[in-house]
Amino acid sequence: MKELLWLIPVLPFLGALLNGVLLRGRISKKAVAAIACGTVGIAALLSLGIIADYAMSIPAGHEGWQPFEQDLYEWIPAGPIKTTLDGVKNFTIPFGFLLDPLSCVMLFVVTFVGFLIHVYSVGYMSHEQGFQRYFTYLNLFMGAMLLLILGNSYAVMFVGWEGVGLCSYLLIGFYYKEEFPPYAGRKAFIVNRIGDFAFVLGMFALVAHFGSLKYTEILPRIAKNPELITGAGFLGLTLAGFIALCFFVGATGKSAQIPLYVWLPDAMAGPTPVSALIHAATMVTAGVYMVVRSNVIYQLAPGVSQLVAVIGAATAIFAASIGLAQTDIKKVLAYSTVSQLGYMFLAAGLGAYTAAIFHLGTHAFFKALLFLGSGSVIHAMGGEQDMRSMGGLKKALPQTYRTFLIGCLAIAGIFPFAGFFSKDEILHAAAGHGQWVLYAVGLITAALTAFYMFRAFFMTFHGHFRGTHEQEHHLHESPAVMTIPLWILAVGAIGSGWLGLPGDWNLMHHFLEPVILQPRGVEVAEHDVSALLLALIALAVAGTAIFLAYRIYGGDRGLEKGRVWAERFPGVHRLLSNKYYVDELYDATAIRGFWATARGLFRFDAGFIDGFLVNGTRNLTVNALSLGSGLFDKYVVDGLVNLVGTVLDGSSRVFRRLQTGYVANYALVLVAGMFVLICVYMVWRLS
Amino acid sequence: MPEITTHHFLVVSFLLFAIGVFGVVARKNMITVLMSIELVLNSVNINLIAFSYQFSDLTGQIFAIFTITVAAGEAAVGLGILIALFRLRETTILDQATELKG
Amino acid sequence: MDFLVANGAAILFYVFAAIAVVSALGVVAMRNPMYGAICLLTTFLAVAVLFLLRHAEFLAMVQIFVYGGGIMVLFLFVIMLINLHRLPEIRLFGRQSPLAGVLAVILTVFFGWFFLQTRFGPANPSPEKLVSFIDAQQQVQRLGNSQAVAWDLYTQHLLPFEIASIFLLIAMIGAVVLGRRL
Repeated sequence: MKELLWLIPVLPFLGALLNGVLLRGRISKKAVAAIACGTVGIAALLSLGIIADYAMSIPAGHEGWQPFEQDLYEWIPAGPIKTTLDGVKNFTIPFGFLLDPLSCVMLFVVTFVGFLIHVYSVGYMSHEQGFQRYFTYLNLFMGAMLLLILGNSYAVMFVGWEGVGLCSYLLIGFYYKEEFPPYAGRKAFIVNRIGDFAFVLGMFALVAHFGSLKYTEILPRIAKNPELITGAGFLGLTLAGFIALCFFVGATGKSAQIPLYVWLPDAMAGPTPVSALIHAATMVTAGVYMVVRSNVIYQLAPGVSQLVAVIGAATAIFAASIGLAQTDIKKVLAYSTVSQLGYMFLAAGLGAYTAAIFHLGTHAFFKALLFLGSGSVIHAMGGEQDMRSMGGLKKALPQTYRTFLIGCLAIAGIFPFAGFFSKDEILHAAAGHGQWVLYAVGLITAALTAFYMFRAFFMTFHGHFRGTHEQEHHLHESPAVMTIPLWILAVGAIGSGWLGLPGDWNLMHHFLEPVILQPRGVEVAEHDVSALLLALIALAVAGTAIFLAYRIYGGDRGLEKGRVWAERFPGVHRLLSNKYYVDELYDATAIRGFWATARGLFRFDAGFIDGFLVNGTRNLTVNALSLGSGLFDKYVVDGLVNLVGTVLDGSSRVFRRLQTGYVANYALVLVAGMFVLICVYMVWRLS
Repeated sequence: MPEITTHHFLVVSFLLFAIGVFGVVARKNMITVLMSIELVLNSVNINLIAFSYQFSDLTGQIFAIFTITVAAGEAAVGLGILIALFRLRETTILDQATELKG
Repeated sequence: MDFLVANGAAILFYVFAAIAVVSALGVVAMRNPMYGAICLLTTFLAVAVLFLLRHAEFLAMVQIFVYGGGIMVLFLFVIMLINLHRLPEIRLFGRQSPLAGVLAVILTVFFGWFFLQTRFGPANPSPEKLVSFIDAQQQVQRLGNSQAVAWDLYTQHLLPFEIASIFLLIAMIGAVVLGRRL
């Protein structure tokens, strides 16, 4: 069964090939949906089978555990290179897949949630143009994401990394006929690219040092001999620090952390299922996956790890605060995603890699649920996304209402929903490492999360309907093809939390343990903090926040109380609703600077190089040549010609006088000639 | 009286030749020019006859016959030209026949 | 009488030479071309006599017939045809007459002096050659100048004779063409 691992990424690519190239425009919507969902569905079943097969093969005590590796072919035989560790060695990049506990978890999340979202999309996109194009891109994305998580080297991961970036661009700009979506797509791609640049630098450092990019050739080696990368590196960092930092910058791009998060809110221009899949459950988690995969390196770079944790926490609270003032339901969820990703990086930075992955998994379920639920609401509202026009949808959309409530409770971290367990594990890790500032930030963020999620919940589903009459008539619950995935995700949003119970029952931790390589000589300082106490504190905080939200937005209150609070702090409200003006800041500095530089370079090229050098040389040559040629022609050639003419003219002027017209003159000349001849004869006779 | 030698005849020949040449070059009336040409030809004949006698060779006399023949032909053609010119210019003065000028 | 016999040739010569030269001057100097033509005739006749003095009898006759009888008549006819009522009151001699006069003088004096330096042997060493010819049977026929000239003309110089006849034909055609009234 494990040998069929390669089939998992291939199936979605096959679906994309069929829908995008071979059967383009030729089959019915039903067939398109069947192909798209079918390939992902089969991949999902296959994943389950392979995971089971692999999980069974892991011995209980993790002794002699091996990852399952499957090299398909030698992709890039680059030849001999000089590495700092091993001298000259042959550098090749094989194309292959790796199956270990970490990739198992990711595989399950991606295929399962992916499949559900595919099914949901059939209903959501049924009235849209470009149905086949949508599913082509979605399948393409699935294939790339699976490459990313199943790859056995950083190179294959990078292929998937770029692939999901591309599909993100394609899907954000899906409604390309409008003005904003293509811009948002470009923004996402370009910001991603900045991160990718750093990622590649990190890969280069690895190649230069180890001469390989395969996980199994690098990571265990580092674990055994940490001194390999704790020596000097670049920019005052150790090599471990440099690589860790480079990878993390790449992660901030892909996973929307400070400072490269700005593309995620604008990515909401894409269809809602896309937001659910790509920008909640899967693509944005790639950065977390990458950091966790490279955990050895981060463990040996404590400074950078701390930076990761700090940025994670900062992003979490920053994004949460923006979410308080948003009126677009999808924007609320987008900032919520950024915030929750911050949590995951906080965990990773603290060294709690399993907690990060655990939160990744639970987040995938409830965030996907929330996005699909919002999609259901938007679908019912005929495309309206502004919550100020919603209200009282509880009666019209009962299933959406209930599942959305489950999602909100999960994200708020309420027992017994999933978010409670995963979020608390992260906070426990922070407290356990003695990072009380980070703990406080995490706790406050939890409060903010609960508050703004329920604010959105109440604004949407409670109170009176605030939209137009046409919208009111249009309200209807979504079809089963959309509500069934909602319920399945809801089950996940509840049940997935129970995989990570604190203490010895932490199945997730046990499962992932072999992946967290313990480098020799690194000690983890643990404070013993009661998990129970922290859980209670968190619950209390969240509960208070939900209560506050209810007091302001809940019941029949509508928007007035919220507006009152906004008017009390106008400056803060403006700051939050304008996202701290970060986009404007970027625009004023980086973007304008970039355009100014580009324009300047263009002017340099066009003006100096083209104008002065090229055209100048041309002018010089042409003018000099033509001048020279002209002068030559004028004075030499023409001179000669004119000389001939002048000579002829002058001589003819002289000789013309011979032609007097008088016959007598001619006769005289004749006689004179005879006279000369006689003289000649005389001379001849005399001599 | 000294004996008449060839030299005497040569002198006469020269004189006639010179007068004839002068007439050809200096006179403006074409008829006179043509007549002067006849004078030149006559002087040549005198020369030929003188030498024919000197060397007792008939060749000189034969040549003189031909000279006369040519002179006759030339006179005829020349007078033809004169008549053509007169018809064109209503005059026989050579000064007024300057088409070749330039 | 003895004087005449002794110097007859010389007297004849000088007289007719003078007539010839003077008439020639008359040809050149006359304003009226008719008078010039008469002077020319006189010249021709004097020259014919000079031919006689040198035992070229046939040629003398030819001179009179052709020149005097043919060419002069031609000239006179043409002069009458031109029908000059009034002779234009213009200078007689052209602009280059001084130069022409100089040339003529040079010709006479200078060249004449030069060519007269040549020394000849005795004149007419074989007089019979001028009057006799050798016929087809290699017999010497002494019949006179005309016969001698005729024999020479038709045997030795036949080709030039024929060419001369063609020349006369061409001249005739030329004269006719030129004289046509277009």
